[in-house]
Amino acid sequence: MNSETLNTLDSYSKNKYKYGFVTEIDEEKPKKGLNEDIIKFISSKKNEPDWMLEWRLKAFSKWKKMKEPKWANLNFPEIDYQDIYYYSAPKGFDKKPKDLSEVDPKLIETYNKLGIPLEEQKVLAGVAVDVVFDSVSVATTYKGELEKLGIIFCSIGEAIQKHPDLIKKYLGSVIPAGDHSFSALNSAVFTDGSFVYIPEGIKCPMELSTYFRINAENTGQFERTLIIADKGSYVSYLEGCTAPKRDDNQLHAANVELIALEDAEIKYSTVQNWYPGDEDGKGGIYNFVTKRGLCAGKNSKISWTQVETGSAITWKYPSCILKGDNSIGEFYSVAITNNFQQADTGTKMTHIGKNTKSKIISKGISLGKSQNTYRGEVSFLRKAEKARNYTQCDSLLVGNQCGAHTVPYIDSKNNTAVIEHEASTSKINEDQLYYCRQRGLSHEEAVSLIVNGFCKQVLQELPMEFAVEAQKLVSISLEGSVG
Amino acid sequence: MFLEIKDLSVKIENKNILKGLNLNINKGEVHAIMGPNGSGKSTLANVLAGKEDYEILNGKINFKDNDLFDLNIEERAQEGLFLAFQYPVEIPGVNITPFLHSAINSKRKRMNEEEIDNLSFAKLLKSKASDLGINIDMLKRSVNTGFSGGEKKRYEILQMSILNPELAILDETDSGLDIDALKIVTDGVNKLKTKNNSFLIITHYQKLLDYIKPDYVHVMVNGSVVKSGGSEIAAEIEKDGFQKFL
Repeated sequence: MNSETLNTLDSYSKNKYKYGFVTEIDEEKPKKGLNEDIIKFISSKKNEPDWMLEWRLKAFSKWKKMKEPKWANLNFPEIDYQDIYYYSAPKGFDKKPKDLSEVDPKLIETYNKLGIPLEEQKVLAGVAVDVVFDSVSVATTYKGELEKLGIIFCSIGEAIQKHPDLIKKYLGSVIPAGDHSFSALNSAVFTDGSFVYIPEGIKCPMELSTYFRINAENTGQFERTLIIADKGSYVSYLEGCTAPKRDDNQLHAANVELIALEDAEIKYSTVQNWYPGDEDGKGGIYNFVTKRGLCAGKNSKISWTQVETGSAITWKYPSCILKGDNSIGEFYSVAITNNFQQADTGTKMTHIGKNTKSKIISKGISLGKSQNTYRGEVSFLRKAEKARNYTQCDSLLVGNQCGAHTVPYIDSKNNTAVIEHEASTSKINEDQLYYCRQRGLSHEEAVSLIVNGFCKQVLQELPMEFAVEAQKLVSISLEGSVG
Repeated sequence: MFLEIKDLSVKIENKNILKGLNLNINKGEVHAIMGPNGSGKSTLANVLAGKEDYEILNGKINFKDNDLFDLNIEERAQEGLFLAFQYPVEIPGVNITPFLHSAINSKRKRMNEEEIDNLSFAKLLKSKASDLGINIDMLKRSVNTGFSGGEKKRYEILQMSILNPELAILDETDSGLDIDALKIVTDGVNKLKTKNNSFLIITHYQKLLDYIKPDYVHVMVNGSVVKSGGSEIAAEIEKDGFQKFL
């Protein structure tokens, strides 16, 4: 590694986080700490029916008996669950505003600054957005238009009140509350998130998108998202997230459940850009996320695409349970870690039905002193006749103080299964940089180009409207002085 | 003087490679450097391009009235210095179109020229590619990725014709080429030649010089130029080898 490369790397590690501002707004917060009272408070704030409160309390009693999973390649101090606010909402949010005229202009400005204008005419054409600020959903665009097709796109809080049958049937059906401690925690104290239902035979005509913003200090965000694609339907959904710069770590523990019935397809994309902490590893979001999709019906398909650039700690394994015969699960991931960031991410593909197929493409890029782990589990149950998996894990190391790790588990109980696995680890190549620069590209441009090329297989899976944004984000995650 | 190399001595990893090398090139001239393996020809090409692995012990290089050592790799490229690599590196996932488009625009920016837009660039690339007998499908692939040796060399010449350099250095561009490919590559070079640009052609064999007529031929042995003259020297080497220069 020559000196110029080291200089560029050094400037990368002084990475600027563009979304680190704080919105000065009066927030309503109950006391810190996790107990039955706070759960009752959240439930009553949300005007929830009794069955929902019971569901939460049951999850809480499970959580009390559980310990955090410790098998990941992550290092962080003990989380003090009593030192966290579990609810925070801008004042006057007891009722969700009917339209934007009722929303505090400061909030609208916040989203403008983040590049997510809330006025429908200014939003990216063909993208409906639900925006969640700390514990509440602020606005959902294009709702009316979608309703005409029978599509439900609203906050989970609203769905609990308006669509209790769907919630009772599906909430917790893919991720049981007692699955592990973070899913139990989320089930007990989740505040907001999105709910999507696509009726039979409907192809959702626009991208659905949720934008999560953590603003308040010492506050955890516990989002809950549930997407149901009925028979023969299709939906593409995207989530994005940012948070202000703070010296303390903040907890984000989301649960996302997807259900695809017969012949249905769900495409779920994430661009995760939570505050990663500063160059000394101070601050940043602890991102403990459980995402799981159930291909319940025949010929159904669930595809996860993620671009993970933020968070101090990422613990996340978007998974597919391939229950329906001929169902397909896909996982495409780019994870970039810089400075002291730690990512332990991957997927689980569980083949239950016949002829089920899964595909995993994971690209890890490590810079600075970061640690980046791919962890995957592919299992074939006894009845999974002729199931197939293809896994490709590539790691790129930039600099010599970071680490890349690959931990694949394969478990097959059916001998007709076909499993392919490819893995590679490489360093950013000085000859490639030399070549690009000889053509007149700057050192930074060259690194960005090479890294984007390395991720291309994954980035091209993103919805077109976001692919360009994601490419930029990849560049920004590498960039230091420019931007 | 367009390019003036004065008493250049260079080492890499404690090994002296160039030892007091002198070379002058004027605008519009074609120079060929010939020499046995290990004589330092590729080192000279890389030192001119600015590769950072080398330690300059002594000497000066002037390029267009600039001290070349004041410019980094990309600045030299933007000033019009192009190196056609002996072994072009593969860059998976990076398409030639945006790659070369950024390259040409960074050069234009330095020259205070207007940037070229997407559409005009795509047209330019297509027409240059068809001039060189490069299939349009090849333009859809990633830079050099999975190319044969001959394809890579043609691709270098394509990039050279797009960037239209003032000084083009061809480092053993003929190695690994069959006669047909050699003809296409050398045709490309000949088309590009004008009064205002210069070529430095590094080669091991005389064959390339059947197609590109050099104004000067230099014999390089053990890190310095031991003989300079016209194309008759190339014929001499073809006949007797490098033996008499050693």
